[in-house]
Amino acid sequence: MSHVPDVVVTGLGATTPLGGDVASTWAAALNGESGARRFDDAWFERAGTFGIPVEFAASIKVDPSEVLTRPEQKKMDPSAQYAIIAAREAWADAGSPEVDGDRLGSVVSSGIGGLQTILDAWEKLLTNPDGGARRVLPMTVPMLMPNSPTAYVSLEFGARAGAHALVSACASGAEAIGYGVEMIRAGRADVVIAGGTEATIHPMPVAAFAASRTLSLRNDDPEGASRPYDVDRDGFVIGEGSGIVILESAEHAAARGARVYARIAGVGLSADGYHITSPEPSGAGQIRAMQAALDESQIARADIVHVNAHATSTVVGDLIEARSIRGLLGDEADHVALSATKSMTGHLLGGAGALETIFTVLALHERQAPPTINVENPDPELVLDLVRDKPRPLRDGQIGAVNNSFGFGGHNVALVVASV
Amino acid sequence: MAYSEQEILAGLAEIVSEETGLPTDSVLPEKSFTDDLDIDSLSMMTIVTLAEEKFEVTIPDDEVKNLATVGDAVSFIAGAQA
Repeated sequence: MSHVPDVVVTGLGATTPLGGDVASTWAAALNGESGARRFDDAWFERAGTFGIPVEFAASIKVDPSEVLTRPEQKKMDPSAQYAIIAAREAWADAGSPEVDGDRLGSVVSSGIGGLQTILDAWEKLLTNPDGGARRVLPMTVPMLMPNSPTAYVSLEFGARAGAHALVSACASGAEAIGYGVEMIRAGRADVVIAGGTEATIHPMPVAAFAASRTLSLRNDDPEGASRPYDVDRDGFVIGEGSGIVILESAEHAAARGARVYARIAGVGLSADGYHITSPEPSGAGQIRAMQAALDESQIARADIVHVNAHATSTVVGDLIEARSIRGLLGDEADHVALSATKSMTGHLLGGAGALETIFTVLALHERQAPPTINVENPDPELVLDLVRDKPRPLRDGQIGAVNNSFGFGGHNVALVVASV
Repeated sequence: MAYSEQEILAGLAEIVSEETGLPTDSVLPEKSFTDDLDIDSLSMMTIVTLAEEKFEVTIPDDEVKNLATVGDAVSFIAGAQA
């Protein structure tokens, strides 16, 4: 095959703080609902004396125990459980494509990996100082390794073209989709199951994120805590869950008469090389990622009508991104409907970029941009048109959208999605 | 406190059921872990780990290969109780 195939999205799956599948998650997002809630009594019983300053999170809406069998729950870390739930939905949504396993890939990333499994195993030793090693479960290593979710997806669907797990903190889910696109373009696969997952709502990571002073402390109002671009934003709300898409070469999708949601038209990657957690203030790295994705997409800037921002609700990060978008698009940014969906979902870390790709795909497919909630007083330095409180219609014709994802470590990933 | 063989069988059946998804009443003494219950070596070691914890015994790794059936495991655990 001498030409580079177009890559389209034919299936979507998710389990999130807003719902146990894509339909319920998307409906809640269009409705402007928050997935953040106060920790339950069990949390405070276990962790109440630690002095963790954050008392809420955007925890998963549908517990995996309602969906998976006991043996499935026992052999997978929650991060892999979420990914399998989302992957099964995405695969069925794509019509369970018939594809040679040698031409099927899996790229499912997690920003952090099987952290709860690591902590459980360590607790076994701490609570059994006399010979506790024999209490550590034999499945501990295959459950804690960060490639576990992609490995389980590969096993379940017989994906043998390659199983990958790219790790780039909060950009991981988007980078996984970008890599999946490149697998198809490079001729390594016809279909790729791609996305991200995270399950780190546990006292240790919450204490650690709080220690880095990145979490919102709005304990008296969890649902109002994630407020990107509001003047009173004070940090992100930790979330969990997974988003998975089915990527497919346009030819393969057409040959089987698959429903196509949208096309992934451009993938842009860059690194700041500046600071381990802070984004580079000029936004140069973010602009390079977006520029590369736009150039590759060959979509006119006039046709870019929507951006799903990374916008986590931190004081510094939100504005750097907004200025980057304006810096890249100039006057053409005036007609961009900007959505910050983390206001509703919280921050799914390694799952975020994948879930937000799903939102971006659905926004183009249904021609409506999801809202941003909790913006009572927009930051006066915001130089873009924010979609607030209610979804906004997107115009007819050929349109495109950008999904941005950035991660601790200076990772920048931009995906350009095009209508079909 | 020592567990009776009946209690050990019931407890082991629960562990095997959680691990494999098989109903507890299919975990009978004559069943082979590998041939009847389709348990691989990693799953077998998980069952051993959980059984050690539940029945407060040690099942040495060298011994595990001799535990072909559920009944073998029940007998070993019964005998290993202090």
